[in-house]
Amino acid sequence: MPLTYPNLTLIPIPGAIPAWKGLIEPEQLLPVCLKVAEGGGRLVALWGSDERQNAGGFALQVALVTEAGLICLCVALEEAQPVYPNLSLIFPAALRMQRAAQDLLGIVATDSPDKRKWLRHGAWHGFPLRKDYAVAPIDEADAYPFVRVEGNGVHEIPVGPVHAGTIEPGHFRFSIVGERVLRLEERLGYTHKGIEKRFEQLSLQQGAKLAGRIAGDSSVAYAWAYAMAAESIAQLTPSAHSLWLRALLLERERIANHLGDLGYLGNDVAFTFGFSQFWILKEQLLRNNAAVFGHRYLMDLIIPGGVAVELSKSSILYDECTLLEKQVKLLRGIYEEHAGMQDRFIGAGLVAPKLAAQLGLCGMAGRASAQAWDARVQFACAPYDQLDVQMATHRNGDVAARVIVRFDELFESLRLQREILNHLTTGSTVPLLKLPGNGFGIGMVEGWRGEILVAIHTDREGNVARVHPHDPSWQNWPVLEHAVLDNIVPDFPLINKSFNLSYTGQDL
Amino acid sequence: MYPIIKQIIRTGIVTEAAPLADEAMRLQPQRLQEEILRLLGSALCIRHVDAGSCNGCELEIHSVNNAHYNIEGLGIKFVASPRHADMLLVTGPVSRHMATALRRTYDATPEPKLVVAIGDCSRDGGIFCAGGAENYAILGGVAEVIPVDVLVTGCPPTPTAILQGILTAISRQASFSP
Ligand code: SF4
Repeated sequence: MPLTYPNLTLIPIPGAIPAWKGLIEPEQLLPVCLKVAEGGGRLVALWGSDERQNAGGFALQVALVTEAGLICLCVALEEAQPVYPNLSLIFPAALRMQRAAQDLLGIVATDSPDKRKWLRHGAWHGFPLRKDYAVAPIDEADAYPFVRVEGNGVHEIPVGPVHAGTIEPGHFRFSIVGERVLRLEERLGYTHKGIEKRFEQLSLQQGAKLAGRIAGDSSVAYAWAYAMAAESIAQLTPSAHSLWLRALLLERERIANHLGDLGYLGNDVAFTFGFSQFWILKEQLLRNNAAVFGHRYLMDLIIPGGVAVELSKSSILYDECTLLEKQVKLLRGIYEEHAGMQDRFIGAGLVAPKLAAQLGLCGMAGRASAQAWDARVQFACAPYDQLDVQMATHRNGDVAARVIVRFDELFESLRLQREILNHLTTGSTVPLLKLPGNGFGIGMVEGWRGEILVAIHTDREGNVARVHPHDPSWQNWPVLEHAVLDNIVPDFPLINKSFNLSYTGQDL
Repeated sequence: MYPIIKQIIRTGIVTEAAPLADEAMRLQPQRLQEEILRLLGSALCIRHVDAGSCNGCELEIHSVNNAHYNIEGLGIKFVASPRHADMLLVTGPVSRHMATALRRTYDATPEPKLVVAIGDCSRDGGIFCAGGAENYAILGGVAEVIPVDVLVTGCPPTPTAILQGILTAISRQASFSP
């Protein structure tokens, strides 16, 4: 049992990762969260659901993680007054999630220190995640009250939503003196695509395709977490063969992203050699993906029940491991010995371990700030339970540390890829087409950015009634606002890239 | 310095031949005169706009900049402002939240300007509103907001297809039969 608290009954949720669920009263929420936080636990995700056709009213769902496993708390909210206590004093990361839940479902955190909208700009009305929502586009002036920094010589630089590089849209408001950043305020939500509502219109299998397109760079991680959630409801364990293949795909996604970002980190300090070299390697990997799996980004290969692919030519992948190990080792040597580069990396975008723990920094960036947490290690589900993943961590919390962690993880993923290839067996998949009624399932996968969680609720007939995908960028975006403080504006692109957070994954 | 130079020499030139233009990608007949096309063809500036994509299409736009496709070697480069651009490369279903920014970016681009839409989502909203499903957060394809010259389909389209789309937009139209 991950937690004991008076009058709180936790029921195990079947599935690949250790998880429990429990119903609690609104007044119990804060003390329970406090207890979890004091024990070193974190908030993973927060979302709401419309229960008016079921038990009545609305529900708030809070997913917390402890050493023992995930705890999913459900708080019933009255229809007339759907309110719950603000969690952001215990878990600062809750704030934006609460604002999003208010925008999408109209459930309100009382005493929230920030009452501004988050995912809703001035383009639609009402609460889309309510079951009786009728599409209501509007076009209202979209004035967002940014926090202003006053003082002698302070001025603002507004950036975005359309950025100077080939990146996703979002708005950054810098308050600066000279070149020094006094404050950064992010405003996101520009790519909000109504993904959660869209899931409710799709079958379980179609939903798997959509899950793979919440964030194209994390397609495998989302598709696996979605399948894991569905399999948790159906109490089904996919064949060993499909689990090994899923792990192979997930590690390949990690390798591809780390290669690409390491190249861009070179580019951002004007070392274009790094970009050319790493992107030749990345291209090689993507071409191998196309040759072996039929898709450069491995989309649509994981389905509820198993996988939709057979592995045919694995010798290509062994050769790839050899090539990448050799080349990345060489490039790492060049990066580490390049004085100009290290000068830009060291000390930039610092997040000290204590701050990281307070704010709940997670995933790869968290590990570079001594937050030793990796779902492949703590909750090693099959096949990771046989792989003994070596977690990469660092204490410095700057760009240099994030670069080191990426290199370490890259080598570890190459080692894992070899191991997995040695273990691959043949097998088949029986697609999961229908889920039992009134189910609740959860899946969590360590994507390359961090932990990706997907929760699925089914209605009485077993249709998908609510899907909540959660990206680690929710936790990490607010930390970026701290990481850039006191840095100079020209270092922002570098610091930003060292995190490389998802816009679409948090805009939904 | 020595290991860097050695690696550059060992890597050699990996750039592959550029694809040919593909008339099937054209949504509108070529509007630009030959002289302008000739000028653009030797120095084209592109501004990319993500109008709400899943970021998959962006990954492939990054790829056209890698040494294999080497778009800069063709005289085509990505610029930081629409005011410097001849072409907009637009990805994604257009989210309602991005519609204004997309329109403004288009307005800020000087004439003559070309628009190439990238990805299945940019055609009709893709998976986010397939089958004509109404989505409160999405307007639809790029053509709902700004005129599109060339469409590159795929989810995401390959770098070769993206390059082909860009080259089609600046090529003289082979034969036009309405
Ligand atoms: S076309 Fe595919 S890859 Fe491109 S934005 Fe749409 S879903 Fe993503």
